[in-house]
Amino acid sequence: MGALFAILQVATLVLALVLTYRPLGDYMARIYTSARDLKAERIVYRLIGVDSSSEQTAKSYLRAVLSFSLVSVLGLYLLQRAQELLPQSLGLPAVPEGLAFNTAVSFVTNTNWQSYSPEVTMGYAVQALGLMVQNFLSAAVGIAVAVALIRGLARVHSNTLGNFWVDLVRGVLRLLLPMSVVAAIALILGGVIQNFAGFTDVTTLAGGTQSIPGGPVASQEAIKMLGTNGGGFFNANSSHPFENPTAWTNLLQVFLMLVIPFALPRTFGRMVGDDRQGLAIVGVMAGLFLVSFTALTLFESAGAGTAPQLAGAAMEGKEERFGIFASTLFGSTSTLTSTGAVNSMHDSYTALGGLMPMINMMLGEVAPGGVGSGLYGLLVLAIITVFIAGLLVGRTPEYLGKKIGTREIKLASLYILVTPTLILVATALSFAIPAVRDDVTGTSILNPGVHGMSEVLYAFTSAANNNGSAFAGLTANTPWFNTMLGVVMLLGRFLPIVLVIALAKSFASQGRVPATVGTLPTYRPLFASLLAGVTVIVTALTFFPVLTLGPLAEGLV
Amino acid sequence: MSLRSSTRTALVSVRTLLLFTLVLGVGYTGVITAVGQLALPAQADGSLVTGADGRVVGSSLIGQSFTDADGAALPQYFQSRPSAAGDGYDGASSSGSNLGPENADLIASIAERKTEIAQREGVSESEVPADAVTASASGLDPHISPAYARLQVNRVAESRGIPASEVEQLVRASIQSRDLGYLGEESVNVLQLNLELDQLAARKG
Repeated sequence: MGALFAILQVATLVLALVLTYRPLGDYMARIYTSARDLKAERIVYRLIGVDSSSEQTAKSYLRAVLSFSLVSVLGLYLLQRAQELLPQSLGLPAVPEGLAFNTAVSFVTNTNWQSYSPEVTMGYAVQALGLMVQNFLSAAVGIAVAVALIRGLARVHSNTLGNFWVDLVRGVLRLLLPMSVVAAIALILGGVIQNFAGFTDVTTLAGGTQSIPGGPVASQEAIKMLGTNGGGFFNANSSHPFENPTAWTNLLQVFLMLVIPFALPRTFGRMVGDDRQGLAIVGVMAGLFLVSFTALTLFESAGAGTAPQLAGAAMEGKEERFGIFASTLFGSTSTLTSTGAVNSMHDSYTALGGLMPMINMMLGEVAPGGVGSGLYGLLVLAIITVFIAGLLVGRTPEYLGKKIGTREIKLASLYILVTPTLILVATALSFAIPAVRDDVTGTSILNPGVHGMSEVLYAFTSAANNNGSAFAGLTANTPWFNTMLGVVMLLGRFLPIVLVIALAKSFASQGRVPATVGTLPTYRPLFASLLAGVTVIVTALTFFPVLTLGPLAEGLV
Repeated sequence: MSLRSSTRTALVSVRTLLLFTLVLGVGYTGVITAVGQLALPAQADGSLVTGADGRVVGSSLIGQSFTDADGAALPQYFQSRPSAAGDGYDGASSSGSNLGPENADLIASIAERKTEIAQREGVSESEVPADAVTASASGLDPHISPAYARLQVNRVAESRGIPASEVEQLVRASIQSRDLGYLGEESVNVLQLNLELDQLAARKG
């Protein structure tokens, strides 16, 4: 019976995503190719001082991305530091320097890692004017970078990639804002709160006192999911009944996380003039997703481990209204996209269950990944796959008629090395520097033994891949973690972006090689399987050793 | 040249950030708040519920403790799940325990809760369901499983001097089915069940 419900739940989700794939994908393709500006957009361009008809070179495009992100980090940092001066701040003091740095970086990089407990740290002003705004903007930046790469593949002999400001403004005004309005209202209907009431003290039925929180939650919740951000308004994130009150709002949130990342391959196919290329990409994303979700669901349903066996089921850290299946669907979705929201506590998952979110992130956030970043991540892996296939049969590799030469393969290889290097180096340093190790094991780690090592590994995996979920027992509000996670999030976001724009530039400048009998068709199932295989093998080779020290040691011994 | 274009880009960045802070942070948040407050005020304000005297006693979405000042279970009320939010169901510090599956403290807590509940309800430990001995993710879970609700019927009925069959019926009526028939789990809202229980007891005088 339970299995049937689980299958029906996924079937509903798949149906909804299949139905939105074309219309949303085509709509996004129009957004990023249309030559016309809306009236509201013309006003925006005048106010910010941008000529919407001008095209940018790769260098200018990248400069705009980096400049805007840097200004956003500074702005968000200052806003938090000024909290005590702001209205609607619940009387909360300025956010301390280290935490403000970490949080500013976290929300601008679309990670939304939270070293803090929102209820006692962030007032409504910082949440709505700072964190929520970055939920929109960081998502729009991610999509813009993906679109720049698509343009690079679509264009021939071109030295421009579009206009970042136009991509940003359209992404917000035509895509994220209207969808968020609808989603926010639906969430209120389900019980998500939207007020500025502060905490209301009530006398409970048993005569105790309870503080009931308020806040503009629904408006933030909608874009939190839609933009694959994931930063909770409350500490308990999407397990909090005011963020996610019912099983149907839960499924809606899962849908919101997936709808843009799964439709972007359609946009890609449209823009390069071959819908089949998009289908191959979305097929790989969906295949990896279903396998991973099934594994997590089986592990959590089996409920291995001493505590779950004693309790009778793996219900520690899970909400009764969701049960196992709605928890694992959310947990898989949140870590396979770069959202990082949680509706159940991953730290309390069974050992092998806790392994799955880590593997999901280690895949590089490509199944389907974050908005924009998932698509460009998988396209980079497609380039690697074409190269490997070319080596196997001794042909010059090409993708969509673009030659994969030395320069392109160097950029793609660097891209897939960035996040593993960040994760492994930062995790190793946490235990290798004696003073840091004492702090990490003494202050930060909650669960002793190998599980504690998993908490640290999870944190850096989450930061480097800009996911933001946590084995939340880890106390990360320390100088070491605030600083290191901040640095890792910055490098994990912007080094890949630099490499992607460089790839886009290199592709745009090329002509197009006509397809011959010797060309590997990149829309066939054979290629899709190869791509999925390369994605899994690259991840497995990189991370297997370190996983044996954490979740595998815990789960298999 | 490069410095000048970098400065220009930085200025555009600043203006764009300020403009969107206004449009999204103020405009969008304001519009959603207005819609929520005007069209769906009950939900937007937190689904508050009132007791018999018309006083707000909590939110139907936020779980509560039904214990005395020392934390001992009140026998006349259905009990909620264990909670890791502050001292238990603290609305200002939502949290799970985050304890891992092999954590010795968690294992000890589960064993202790099992014994305590089995004793309290007069059943064997094997009959105590999983949700009764595990802390939820939010620490504010308003629900328990139908199994845990049924387990508590006799004790509640006895404590209140109401026939067990009537309490049993109340529990049966308060089981919320799965959304759309298949999403999530069947559950019982503890605060609402206890409110109805109080009403039933009041009617019986």
